Amino acid sequence: MSEPLVIPAPDDAPDRQQPPISPAAEPFWDATRSCSLVIQWCRSCERAIHFPREACPSCLGTDLEFRPAAGTGTVYALSEMPSPGNAGMKGRAPYVVALVDLPEGVRMLSSIVSADGPVGAADVAIGDPVRVAWEPLPDGRHLPVFVRA
Amino acid sequence: MVDRSMRGAAAIVGVADAVSPTGELDGTVRALEVQVIREALDDAGLTIADVDGLFTCTTPGWAASLELAEYLGIAPRWTDSTQTGGSSFEIHVQHAAAAISLGLCDVAVVVYAATPRSSFKKGAGGYTSRQSLPGPTPSAEWEQPYAMRMPMGAYALAASRHMHQFGTTAEQLAQIAVDTRTWATMNPRARLQDPITIDDVLASPVQASPLHKLDCCLVTDGAGAVVLTSTERARTLRKPPALVLGTGTCHTHAMISEMPDLTTTGAAVSGPLAFAQAGLTPADIDVAQIYDSFTITVLLLLEDLGFCAKGEGGAYVADGVLAPGGALPANTSGGGLAYTHPGMFGIFLLVEAVRQLRGECGPRQVAGAEVALAHGSGGVLSAMSTTILGTEATA
Ligand SMILES: [Zn+2]
Repeated sequence: MSEPLVIPAPDDAPDRQQPPISPAAEPFWDATRSCSLVIQWCRSCERAIHFPREACPSCLGTDLEFRPAAGTGTVYALSEMPSPGNAGMKGRAPYVVALVDLPEGVRMLSSIVSADGPVGAADVAIGDPVRVAWEPLPDGRHLPVFVRA
Repeated sequence: MVDRSMRGAAAIVGVADAVSPTGELDGTVRALEVQVIREALDDAGLTIADVDGLFTCTTPGWAASLELAEYLGIAPRWTDSTQTGGSSFEIHVQHAAAAISLGLCDVAVVVYAATPRSSFKKGAGGYTSRQSLPGPTPSAEWEQPYAMRMPMGAYALAASRHMHQFGTTAEQLAQIAVDTRTWATMNPRARLQDPITIDDVLASPVQASPLHKLDCCLVTDGAGAVVLTSTERARTLRKPPALVLGTGTCHTHAMISEMPDLTTTGAAVSGPLAFAQAGLTPADIDVAQIYDSFTITVLLLLEDLGFCAKGEGGAYVADGVLAPGGALPANTSGGGLAYTHPGMFGIFLLVEAVRQLRGECGPRQVAGAEVALAHGSGGVLSAMSTTILGTEATA
């Protein structure tokens, strides 16, 4: 695996809206401190789970663990925001929000970004392969975002 | 008059609870809910896969049964978030027994958990927060950091996927807005009454690509109500009754990122349930009120309700089938796109459907309307419910 790709927000950008940490997701957010993407799995039915839960949504089992994810994905759907959806992205519109399918079998909402500057809907297409990148958060965590692979 | 047909028709078959002599329990409210659901199902010899009815009244978010069902990974066809305080669960049992006796669901789960004592000690709100649901909502944790404009962004994702998968165009979506506006030109109570063209829609500002401003519903004030009674009694009242011929419900998620397939909604379940109950097919519908929060909503619902095949919604609407004189007169009030939309349009769908069946709609009246469909959509394509109404002639 290549080095984690860290893409900080522009210098003058406000902080992103901070994701709170639910108890079931503590290992997920802890891993982001070292730019590692982990996904929750049910050991009983060998199914990946996202968002992390206290019980498996297939079998209600509680034998769950976090495993490293491949860090790759495919764009399932996308939309360009012409203006910010909340104050955390003030000054950064237009930007692309996308649903990304991970090979582990789960889907995440995320941003499609680039180290080279803003990304619009014309720069990315549904079906494009992507890989995870990381936007630093003020508390030392990183927010998983995606770049075109 | 007491109808005894419900008597003994449903039974409680599994129970569980979680308590402690310390007065405190470990774990979150969600974990406790899952624990007692699992134990009650075990007690009955059933599994979560058997559950098609869900009753719950507490949530950290905005829609108790949607969020719990999403967490449990189920898509119930009977859903109930009735909240009346401590008596909620007896009411849930009453509603569940009624639903089961009519075959509207087969296995219902009623659940409750709260941790006011331990939450108070942890400084999380204390006893005044009656439900005591600590912890963030999944939306705050998994969606809001990405700053999607809501709700249009969620629908835009669905539109982008439908366009990618089936070749649906912005022009086809715009046709829905154009036809709905044409109906509004005949409704003097509509917010927007000027006709528009496809070019007008495409020239309006993008709200969240690929959706334009005129693909999106209004924000207005508004209020509505409907009254129901037995058909027998209805026949003695002032106006001709609109008989409830069929109903169906299904919800599949609360957040758009948890929607299993962005091109198929729970209407693919709720619609067939309602048609089967009514003994009717889409071809029997004379007038349709289909929740138009966004043009893509209507397109998806037309497919899922069976008015056309999956993926063919774009071609189906392109020739004005929904407009006055079209084969499926739809959203005849002007809909959420042009009539009114105070946030939840479902009540207005029912009001307009009844007015059409009564022949009260003046210039926008659909001649000879005997069967009407009202389909509500809640959340972000999350919760679907189909109502089929008919005149006395359909009894
Ligand atoms: Zn499992």
